Amino acid sequence: MSQDVTILLIEDEPEIRRFLRTSLPAHGFRLYEATTGQAGLTEAKARNPDLILLDLGLPDLDGTEVIRLVREWTSTPIIVLSARDQEQTKVEALDKGADDYITKPFGVHELLARMRTALRHVARVPDAVESVFSVEGLRVDLGRRQVFVAGEEIHLTPIEYKLLTVLVRHAGKVLTHRQLLKEVWGPLHVEESHYLRVYMRQLRNKVEANPAHPRYLVTELGVGYRLKTE
Amino acid sequence: MNLQRPDPDALLTRVQAEEARRSEGKLKIFFGANPGVGKTYAMLEAAHEQRRDGVDVIIGVVETHGRVETEALVSGLEVLPRRAVEYRGTVLQEFDLDGALARHPTVILIDELAHTNAPGLRHEKRWQDVQELLKAGIHVYTTVNVQHLESLNDVVAQITGVRVRETVPDSMLERADDVELIDLPPDDLLQRLKDGKVYVPEQIQHAIKNFFAKGNLIALRELALRRTAERVDQQMEVYRRDHAVVRTWPAAETIMVCINMKPRGLRLIRAARQMAAGLHAKWIAVYVQIPRHLRSPQADRDRLVQAMRLAEQLGAETVTLAGEHVAQELLSYARGRNVTKIIVGKPVRPWWKEWIFGSTVSDLVHKSGDIDIYVITGEAGEGTPLVRRDLRRTSRAADYAYASLGIAGATAIAWLMFPYFAPANMIMMYLIAIIVVAIRLGRGPSVLASILSVAMFDFFFVPPYFSFTISDIQYVLTFSVMLVVALVISNLAVRIREQAELARSREKRTAVLYAMSRDLAIHLGTEMLACLATKHLREVFDGQVAIFLADAERRVRLQLGEQLYFELDPKESGVAQWVFDHTERAGLGTDTLPGSSALYLPLVGSTGAVGVVAVRPKDAGLLLDPEQLHLLESLVNQVALAIERTRLSEEAQQAHVRVETERMRNAILSSVSHDLRTPLATITGAASSLLDEESRMKAADRLELCRSIYREADRLDRLLKNLLDMMRIEAGAVHLNKEWHPVDEIVGAVLARLEVPLRDHIVNATFPADLPMVQIDGVLMEQVLINLIENAAKYAPLGSAIDLFASAGDREIVVEVADRGPGIPAGEENRIFDKFYRAQPAREGGVGLGLTICRGIVEAHGGRIWAENRTGGGAVFRFAIPRQKEPPPMADEQAETKHASS
Repeated sequence: MSQDVTILLIEDEPEIRRFLRTSLPAHGFRLYEATTGQAGLTEAKARNPDLILLDLGLPDLDGTEVIRLVREWTSTPIIVLSARDQEQTKVEALDKGADDYITKPFGVHELLARMRTALRHVARVPDAVESVFSVEGLRVDLGRRQVFVAGEEIHLTPIEYKLLTVLVRHAGKVLTHRQLLKEVWGPLHVEESHYLRVYMRQLRNKVEANPAHPRYLVTELGVGYRLKTE
Repeated sequence: MNLQRPDPDALLTRVQAEEARRSEGKLKIFFGANPGVGKTYAMLEAAHEQRRDGVDVIIGVVETHGRVETEALVSGLEVLPRRAVEYRGTVLQEFDLDGALARHPTVILIDELAHTNAPGLRHEKRWQDVQELLKAGIHVYTTVNVQHLESLNDVVAQITGVRVRETVPDSMLERADDVELIDLPPDDLLQRLKDGKVYVPEQIQHAIKNFFAKGNLIALRELALRRTAERVDQQMEVYRRDHAVVRTWPAAETIMVCINMKPRGLRLIRAARQMAAGLHAKWIAVYVQIPRHLRSPQADRDRLVQAMRLAEQLGAETVTLAGEHVAQELLSYARGRNVTKIIVGKPVRPWWKEWIFGSTVSDLVHKSGDIDIYVITGEAGEGTPLVRRDLRRTSRAADYAYASLGIAGATAIAWLMFPYFAPANMIMMYLIAIIVVAIRLGRGPSVLASILSVAMFDFFFVPPYFSFTISDIQYVLTFSVMLVVALVISNLAVRIREQAELARSREKRTAVLYAMSRDLAIHLGTEMLACLATKHLREVFDGQVAIFLADAERRVRLQLGEQLYFELDPKESGVAQWVFDHTERAGLGTDTLPGSSALYLPLVGSTGAVGVVAVRPKDAGLLLDPEQLHLLESLVNQVALAIERTRLSEEAQQAHVRVETERMRNAILSSVSHDLRTPLATITGAASSLLDEESRMKAADRLELCRSIYREADRLDRLLKNLLDMMRIEAGAVHLNKEWHPVDEIVGAVLARLEVPLRDHIVNATFPADLPMVQIDGVLMEQVLINLIENAAKYAPLGSAIDLFASAGDREIVVEVADRGPGIPAGEENRIFDKFYRAQPAREGGVGLGLTICRGIVEAHGGRIWAENRTGGGAVFRFAIPRQKEPPPMADEQAETKHASS
């Protein structure tokens, strides 16, 4: 990573801030800190960071509210730091525009992996959609609408294909059920999560070598799905 | 009977009574012969003396009546604000009982003990307020005049010609710790009256001349002096008893006073009270209910209840007997109770009735044997008309018509018989008709039938026919005998009917009691009992019935069920609590809050009150009937005992549960503290080694320490997660966020998460392709699978296989996790799901919560979980989730394009 990557950490717990303050610069990030939602918003406008790490349990503002306010003017990736038993808030945060989440307690490697994915995704946006996505044995050629598994081309129904392309466009990032349903079936079907599950199973049967132990199409229970990139 | 030493039982009772009294406040009465002797003044002076000694004295209520000297004395003392009560448009300033209880002074001054409170206040009489103050431990100074004493009420009325309505029970004077007689010679009093220094109470204003006649004053003064002397006498006796002073004790006397519905009942009771007090005897007030009384008018019943209540207030035991012969019942009861003296009222019926029908008094006198009979004058001419009016009312006009019809019928039959039978047989026909009328229609119609039958017989069957004249003079005798026989027969028949009625009403009562006690015996749970009791009580007392039960804080709450309905008057909301706190009845028909629409009775069990029953009958008169009241009491007693029994068994149960919970909590604490401390110890140790600046540790060792910190922190995290999940499940706080999930997808997610812990095992996951979706909470079900798979990985040997299967039945989907570990110890298949159960040392110690959490989650889904040993070794855990409905339909995609790639 380049030395210029700036991170804004909005977190009220001093020990977590201390831990990130020591580990992130060691990996080449420049870290700015804010302890409240309001300070975080000001800081975000002043520094225009490359990525925001946001704690959901802030003393002043609701975390999802911070996301909404940030999203009013920038698409800077936001990774949510959530405590356990917050599935609902987590999904809400993602629906409001957070890019990913990580559950406390987390290790620094896990966090770095999430941050890299988020930053890579941003880096990709200006070049429009990459025409070919490839990870291990899976290759999706978006330009030619072809899908290969271990070199063999497989046939997908239009919905299966659409579902896969949505995941490919956000590869590595978790997509909530709502987001996927909205993209594939349209805004009228955002509540019908069983559609998604049925098609996801069909898609896995075609794409995964062992659908009961998927390698590419990972389930984040209670949240959504993610296409693995590594 | 001569007693040398006090009876230990009696002594014990007295000691207990004194114990109880010790916690109560002390009562000091300033007692006077008449108004104007200076009681209030003396009381205020005593208060000032106390105040000088530093005692907290306040004035609860004092009437100065504008007297300057008295007012001057009031000014130095704290005065409790009065409570304004509106009554019929005027605002009355009454003593504020609740205010006094809240203020809780050491001594409170309450003037005019006999005062009647304004309607709507808690107690009808001020002396009841005083009782409550004393119970609360407040000392009371009060004033009373001799004419207000209950037992002297009649005597004073006789002396002065003024009947005082406001009375105080003698027991108040007796319970007083100190009675100070305020005495003023009549001449001085008359002088004060002349000077206008005496306030004259309203009730004697019109009779002032009479009342303050010198003769009266002397007589009243004598009464007051005598009453005070009597009290001193009693104190002396108590002293003697306590100190076993040798003396010839009078034989124990028991006095019985017989009352009925006649107005002189009150007088009889007062007389009995005086006699009993004079003889230091205990006394019993008895009422014999004969069948005729069942139909008595309300006024008579009221009078009886009033008399019985007065007797109770004056310290008598009250008993209601039932039977046909008053004298017989009285005597047999009296013999049973060793009664030595019986007091009855003088008969008021005319002499000829006495002569024909006999009288209770003469029966008593003849059959009493060694029991003395005292006959006391009644106020003549008041008793009978009531009964007569009643008789007329009970038989309807139609009954008389039917009676006439019956006689007409008998005449018709006799007419058919006439040519063949002798006239004597005609009379038999009439007698049959009279018996039928008497049994069916009662007394009045049967008398009419008797007279009619004689007339008919004369008219139709005695020559000259069709005329009331008679040719043969001997028929006069026939008619007379016929009339007498007819009347006697009808009277007997009516009595049979009445006895049948009485038996029926007793039968009904027994049946009600039996039905309720049976119901109460077979059911448990206080709510259920309250519900049943309400149902039964409502059957007897048509109207509204409610039960209030006390909670742990001794606050009573209304029990409402499906069929229970009780309009709680906001004004009466405190009554139930009051009744419960004081274990005294209140409301309708009592002295406390008589204005309320319902009667409140405490539910008293053997260990104290458990609740309150409120009865609001449609016919308020029902509660004044002693028979009904008695029935109500029996029912309420049964209910109280049943509720108490249930309460006790519930308490025993709770105590058991508490012990179990306590044991459990200790187990959790020891287990949790051990499991939490182990990783913490490692973390602290490793971190401190890393911090040690003097150590020359190798880089590789430092790294190893960091790894162990990381590992142990992770273990701590999982432990906490388990504990929190457990607590949530135990608290019932699990909220199921059910959605349609394919089980295989959840298994996939679990396997992805457990990649690291499972790397030393082979995982085989086989699922049928058509496995239907089920409605479950995905996140919680993931937890179930994680726990089961982790459990398998913990016990199965490294490198062995962990097999996952799922199958769908019609009703449920069964998922199983099978391993090749050591299996489950025989007989422990169920216990392994218990909290903190650990089968045997595993590679990685857990708290023993994982399987418990699984069970909690599966059961929250309406499913079941079980474990067994696998054939060929190892354990298999299965859980089943019900398939409640079919998954929602899907939009069919087949109609759309088949291929995306072409």
